[in-house]
Amino acid sequence: MDNDKIDQIVDNHGCEASSLIQILLDIQSENHWLSKEALEKVSKSLQVPLTRIRHIATFYKAFSLVPKGRHEIHICVGTACHVRGATRVLDTVQDLTGIRPGETDLDLKFSLETVNCLGCCALGPVMEVDGKTHGKMAPSKAAGVLRNYE
Amino acid sequence: MSQINSPAELEEFRQSILSKRDPDKHCITLCSGSACHASGSAEVIASIEEEIKKQGLGAEVDVRRTGCHGFCERGPIIVIHPEEICYFQIEPKDVPEIISQTIKEKKLIERLLYTDPGTNKKIIHESEIPFYKYQKRLVFGSNGSIDPKSIEDYLAIGGYAALAKVLSGMTSEQVLDEVKKSKLRGRGGGGFPAGSKWEGSRNAPEKIKYVIVNADEGDPGAYMDRALLEGNPHSILEGLTIGAYAIGSHEGYIYVRQEYPLAVENVHIAIKKAEEYGFLGKNILGSGFDFIVKVHRGAGAFVCGESTALMTALEGRAGEPRPKYIRSNIKGLWDRPSVLNNVETWANVPLIINKGADWFTQFGTEGSKGTKIFSLVGKITNTGLVEVPMGMPLRDIIYKIGGGIPGGKKFKAVQTGGPSGGCVPEELLDLQVGFDELTMAGSMMGSGGMIVMDEDTCMVDVSRYFIHFLTDESCGKCVPCREGLRQMLRILTNITEGKGKEGDIELLEELSETAREAALCALGKSAPNPFLSTLRYFRDEYEAHIREKRCPALSCKELIAFHIDPAKCQACMMCLKKCPAEAIVGGKNKIHVIDQEKCTKCGTCFEACPPRFGAVKKISGEPVPSPVPEEERIIIRKSKEK
Repeated sequence: MDNDKIDQIVDNHGCEASSLIQILLDIQSENHWLSKEALEKVSKSLQVPLTRIRHIATFYKAFSLVPKGRHEIHICVGTACHVRGATRVLDTVQDLTGIRPGETDLDLKFSLETVNCLGCCALGPVMEVDGKTHGKMAPSKAAGVLRNYE
Repeated sequence: MSQINSPAELEEFRQSILSKRDPDKHCITLCSGSACHASGSAEVIASIEEEIKKQGLGAEVDVRRTGCHGFCERGPIIVIHPEEICYFQIEPKDVPEIISQTIKEKKLIERLLYTDPGTNKKIIHESEIPFYKYQKRLVFGSNGSIDPKSIEDYLAIGGYAALAKVLSGMTSEQVLDEVKKSKLRGRGGGGFPAGSKWEGSRNAPEKIKYVIVNADEGDPGAYMDRALLEGNPHSILEGLTIGAYAIGSHEGYIYVRQEYPLAVENVHIAIKKAEEYGFLGKNILGSGFDFIVKVHRGAGAFVCGESTALMTALEGRAGEPRPKYIRSNIKGLWDRPSVLNNVETWANVPLIINKGADWFTQFGTEGSKGTKIFSLVGKITNTGLVEVPMGMPLRDIIYKIGGGIPGGKKFKAVQTGGPSGGCVPEELLDLQVGFDELTMAGSMMGSGGMIVMDEDTCMVDVSRYFIHFLTDESCGKCVPCREGLRQMLRILTNITEGKGKEGDIELLEELSETAREAALCALGKSAPNPFLSTLRYFRDEYEAHIREKRCPALSCKELIAFHIDPAKCQACMMCLKKCPAEAIVGGKNKIHVIDQEKCTKCGTCFEACPPRFGAVKKISGEPVPSPVPEEERIIIRKSKEK
């Protein structure tokens, strides 16, 4: 991510330190992760110490300090999905991809995350890949969905 | 559009909108909430628009994308006005027929209508379907009829009339008195009387005050706030502005989870429109009252739903709570008086102003007035959002509206109040929903999640699940929550894995007491609730796990095994083909056997086995029977004996 883009995002939020979280969110959604350079740049522009920025970047779940894979898998483990068998889906996806929640595989193909509720409880268990929701999942069905991604 | 400068101009403008609308013109409304979107509503609306064009009906039919209708189980949903014909689970391939049959020929399409499971009759209108019939949709009702991106739609149903009433004819004391008289209690969890909260801020000496919408809906399995924000954002803005007027605030915030992109988008649009029309900004409706609203996206932290943590996050810092020696309505955001209410609470305010506190208090029980939106999810036939008057028995919500448990299973418990709540067992199903009633049963109202569990749900696992959730979400500031929950999780995990020992329950109780007494914020204080309430009503399940290493619900993976009953197996290869671990051995006409070493206990075979055979069994607390010897595994089919 280049510096101009970061400058632009900082400017959009009026260069205010209280907008720090909003700025980091925008960088995250643009770049899919927060690089060390990006954080340093934000620190300089906002005159906020890097330690505070890292505190925030590690506190909130939305931020990632490592690059993400080409496809982001989110498995809903909200209560409604849990009682409908989300754990079994998660186990299967872990076996298939070889990664655990929070990890990215070595080929940068998949990143796996669990989320606490996607609010599609009628469709549970739910798996989201690159923003597309796949509902009424079962272990065998999840395997079928993942096969479509390269 | 130029600004509206007085209540009279607003009425004039409203009439001009209404005069342009023909109530007899066909209008297809389609639910575009997140849940219907996930089940394909975007494709449906695209094909509706295309088909209308193709059949040359552009001038005769309006299409409107609305917010969530609530009946998410049957999405995507369309309602055709003015007849109010309701079609469910629409796919793009149904669209040409809907346009040519229902719109042009006025004929019903039977297969898309709702079938009453009791009588097997087809139901045409939304209001006659049991799911809707027993509800009282005061707050949520407009969701299905207006386009959340259109301020005209909101004005057409009487929007901003309450704001006009307040700004033109009521003093701030009168507004406050009306809200106090309505006995409105916070819908976000605590149930604190909104009027008292407002009064505290109003009377605080500090000049600058804030009003905040808490839309950090983090409870898993609860999504009513999202549906309101997505579907009717102006009602929340109107309520917030009225609240600001009552306490003398000129700046408001909406704290909304970034996981709700559609809600963020719709709120932004609503604010922009409201500013354009003069419902927000300087000199609102010519009254001299100024008020602006800003949106803050939450970056994913459950604890930020807690009032003090949310305000810390708004300041741009890590969202950690602080002790509440001084309440946040006196010293909140940037140490100034701040009124924080939940989305649903704010959405109730315009109703109270429009129709009066006396009208509002006719709904509900002594201690809890009005209605409450619940998200009815889990093992329930009609998943969705339901709004019922306070005081409705749980049994009515689950059976009359929810349609009971699917698949002929037995009801076990309903979990209310999210991770801070508890489980209510079958013997208490006649309990009336209300803040105090649920607290007495060891659970709580919370924000309104209602997760139904059937006989297949293990209560020890549910308790482990919530403690795991809270351990993950604990901000780490105070020891009882950070360390206590971690230990509770360890013990509970051991129990579900068959490593539980005598004394575990007592130790868990001790840890619970410490967290309840000594944790800093509501998250920690209420964290033991899921454990304590399941222990109170389902102690036998805990004991079975610890003493017999048995999971009565046959759900805990470490305590169960899958086994194929050789007497029932028809060697049909169904399970064998589907097993992702290739753990099933056998063949055509050869009884299948599960290799316990390879089995990952994913349950695929259990689901794959045709119900008429029912050969795959889950067993717990007993050893797996040894496989039948090789020579006895050949099935000789009768038809082939001839």
